[in-house]
Amino acid sequence: MASTDVATGKLERHGLTDEQLRAIFRNMLLQRQLDNRGFQLNRQGKVPFALGSEGHEALQAGAAMAFNRGVDVLAPYYRDLGLCLGIGLTPYEIMLSIFARAADHNGGRQFPNHYSSKAAGLMSFSSILAAHLPHAVGAAYAIKYRGETERAVLATCGDGTTSEGEWHESMNFAAVHKLPFVMLVENNEWAISTPLAKQMAEPQIWKRAAGYGMPGRRFNGFDPIETYAAVKEAMDRARSGGGPALVEGTCYRYLAHSTDDNDMTYRTHEAVAERRKQDPVPAFEAVLLEHGVMSAADVTAMRKSVLDETNEATDAAEAQPYPAPADLYAHIYEGAWQPWQS
Amino acid sequence: MVTVKHGEAKAESPFERRGLSDEQLVAMFRTMVMQRTLENRGFQLNRQGKIPFASASEGHEAVQAGAAMAFARGKDVLVPYYRDLGLALGIGLTPYEVLLSLFARAADHSAGRQFPHHYASRSLGFHTISSVIAAQLPHAVGAAFALMHGREDGRAVLTTFGDGATSEGEWHESLNFAAVHALPIVFLCENNEWAISTPLAKQMGQPDVYKRAAGYGMPGAVVDGMDPIACYGGVADALARARSGGGPTLLEAKCYRFLSHTTDDDDRTYRSREEVEARRKEDPVPCFERLLIEHGVLTAEGAEALKRSVLEEANDATDRAEAMAYPLAADLYARVYAQRYDPWLDERDGMNDG
Amino acid sequence: MAVVSANSTVMNNVEAVRATLYEALKSDDRTLIIGEDVGARGNVFLITKDFIDEFGPRRIIDTPIAEASIVGIAVGMAMEGLRPIAEIQFADFIYPSFNQIVGEAAKTRYRSNGEYTCPMVIRTPYGGGVRGALSHSVCIEALFYHVPGLKIVAPAFPADVKGLLNAAIDDPDPVLFLEHKKTYRLIKGEVPEGHYTIPLGKANVLKEGKQLSVVSYGLYVHWALEAARTLEAEGFSVEVIDLRSIRPMDKTAILTSVEKTRRLLVIHEDNKFGGIGAEISAMVAEEALFHLDAPIRRLCGPDVPAMGYALPLEEEFMSSPAEMAGAMRELIAF
Repeated sequence: MASTDVATGKLERHGLTDEQLRAIFRNMLLQRQLDNRGFQLNRQGKVPFALGSEGHEALQAGAAMAFNRGVDVLAPYYRDLGLCLGIGLTPYEIMLSIFARAADHNGGRQFPNHYSSKAAGLMSFSSILAAHLPHAVGAAYAIKYRGETERAVLATCGDGTTSEGEWHESMNFAAVHKLPFVMLVENNEWAISTPLAKQMAEPQIWKRAAGYGMPGRRFNGFDPIETYAAVKEAMDRARSGGGPALVEGTCYRYLAHSTDDNDMTYRTHEAVAERRKQDPVPAFEAVLLEHGVMSAADVTAMRKSVLDETNEATDAAEAQPYPAPADLYAHIYEGAWQPWQS
Repeated sequence: MVTVKHGEAKAESPFERRGLSDEQLVAMFRTMVMQRTLENRGFQLNRQGKIPFASASEGHEAVQAGAAMAFARGKDVLVPYYRDLGLALGIGLTPYEVLLSLFARAADHSAGRQFPHHYASRSLGFHTISSVIAAQLPHAVGAAFALMHGREDGRAVLTTFGDGATSEGEWHESLNFAAVHALPIVFLCENNEWAISTPLAKQMGQPDVYKRAAGYGMPGAVVDGMDPIACYGGVADALARARSGGGPTLLEAKCYRFLSHTTDDDDRTYRSREEVEARRKEDPVPCFERLLIEHGVLTAEGAEALKRSVLEEANDATDRAEAMAYPLAADLYARVYAQRYDPWLDERDGMNDG
Repeated sequence: MAVVSANSTVMNNVEAVRATLYEALKSDDRTLIIGEDVGARGNVFLITKDFIDEFGPRRIIDTPIAEASIVGIAVGMAMEGLRPIAEIQFADFIYPSFNQIVGEAAKTRYRSNGEYTCPMVIRTPYGGGVRGALSHSVCIEALFYHVPGLKIVAPAFPADVKGLLNAAIDDPDPVLFLEHKKTYRLIKGEVPEGHYTIPLGKANVLKEGKQLSVVSYGLYVHWALEAARTLEAEGFSVEVIDLRSIRPMDKTAILTSVEKTRRLLVIHEDNKFGGIGAEISAMVAEEALFHLDAPIRRLCGPDVPAMGYALPLEEEFMSSPAEMAGAMRELIAF
């Protein structure tokens, strides 16, 4: 991990306190635990679908630490469980989404992992890749238009989404208007079955920034501290009127795209196992232990608390009712609705 | 005028002709004069109330005549946009065909269906386009894929667009796909600094389109779009690379739109006369004429004779096209599908009302 | 119609759109306009002329040529509390933004269970008869009227333009506001002063009649009215209904009229197959079949992709007042 200063042997912590480092680690553990829980519930036949973000933990926990809760706006995509947890969504809210319960923010309408929460500044989004990015840019325009300083929009997407026209249109508009907007690309090298080489001819996405006239930067997304530093730098610049940025975090998708995908049809066990050696969760644990931020006993206790919290959230959410059939007809427009007015 | 790469003067030679013969140089000049003459004719006919619409490409003559000279007639494929009159002429469309389009006559390639300047000619390898910005670029990429798929070595696609089109999602998707598959295609941006009323500074966050090439992993280059020889050179290099399997190029030609967007536009509402007049000094048509005369490629008398012959040809084309018939009302229903068609299939009495 | 002031001004439809937008910008600084050439050029029909001087480039946003993001950015603005009015320069250019309208704007409220909403207007000029050829003359309403979550308005008269545009701007949900290009300068009328709204989904009976109900919207309302007056001179009595809104649509007005006249003719410029008229015909067949004395008839655009540029192709595509009068006579005589 690049977080240790080679000369001094000290942890390069970019101003993060021990408490913040532990919060980042807990977020990573919780993300992985909830991810696994979704897959377990799917295998048990309790939920029809789940989607994994294993390999994105460091990137998302680090980025979330650079997000100002209650101030900034997050426009995420569907592989952002850790980011959503990191900005304040609870495991219970996650499980309500997975179980599609009435108490879910979306009333059980959306696919799992399509979280939103107006209170948390977490914008609603669809499964359509890049469709959320013009919305993020529109939100950034609203922030700038109202003269709200110290606020910015953090938008995320995978490497595949960078091929969409709306990705381009959003980047261009944000650059023309110097909006408080940070485009964080979580480059996990796979778009379902499409590898990066079939997605783009130039694998370093950050290099596109120059073509838009905005700063670009690439960082190691397996390192939560480096991620935090890169995202914080971009968000601070955006908040202070310095305009947008493109930041690219490199990571890897360890699991299949979703419970409906079988990644062994397009990549090998060996290739995935090789990348497992870089798994950010044990790697960050080792860093925290090495630098005395946590003891082995602390880690054990944290793991147990994460598991307990996950179990409680699962049970509490599962016990909640489904939405009523009549809810199908609610919230199409404001008020009750018939296409024929009479 | 000295032929320069954008920003860097070639001091060693006052006349870099990039291998072009005198005959080719004169042909390029003739295309430029013809483009301007037909353009003015369109505006005249509009003011006379003879046609409802014309659009303008004044300022694009050099880039289009140069690009057309680099295009291999009968081999390459052209996927243009609607401001490409000179390119159309340069690859072989006749003034008569252009006037048929302006007059919307039945003998027009689109049989009077398309807006003026939306030319197409299957025999010239010249794709049909709509007015929707950037919509032709995925088609160009698909055509390039087809050329590569058919292993038709030595063929390439030339596709063009203005600076405004670079903001469209389809522009991005097209460049990305062409780069991933190393397709034989040249993306030529005719950057005239104006998208109807929107100046470049409101179109993009930095002013150089070619700089986006690096982000796609393809070469990018820029040429002086007021210099037909530089434009020929840039397009010829890029097409040669594409034809030989070297993949796509994003080439930007910096030019200027001297007239309003179309006969329906009034550019005085959004830019000053001073700005336009200042740029007139770069007008590529008189500049290229001076260069040819200075270097003895053309005499002053030769230039005058060329202009006379262009005018005669334009007049003749105008008269002949105007005399042609409109399409018939019944033509509205032709060629919706391969066969005559009714959306309701009624086997009891065959085709009935539409 | 809640008319606040007894005073009125004669305007054409361009002026009515312009005046309404101006008042909206004046009265609410959350309102802004986003589109191509809306700034210095003042929109290609001069609807927003000089707005940029008064309201500045932050509220009159000249966008890059990128229709998907024009609508998409407006969606994000609306989600974050602004009241954007997006403009698609010609309806023919709306297709790149199809997903943002159908998949995003129309579903925002529903998919977030009401936490997020999308109060925005998408204005676009549509329709033919202006030598617009294949890419400057299409009708798009049938492509969108299938979509729950979206509202669609297509006024014909300047006073309706103002009242319905005000209602669209005030509406808490996304509204597609269709302005027929041919009516822009052709149609003039009295427009009441002051702020007023016309509820979306309320049709207007323009002319009462006893023998035939004609339902239309947009440009063809004017020609249907002309045809109906021709028939009146011949001694027939034709009722003409201007729908004004396509989604929602005024069932009461249609059924009340059809139950009285017992004959229905639907006229629209958009193609017949799968068009608005199909929905109206199906509804009347379901609800009022036994009130009818004649089959429902539709006079609509032909089943071709668009009208060509050459004059005969355009004239063949469009229905004339004379054709409308012919259809009316046939139906009354049935």
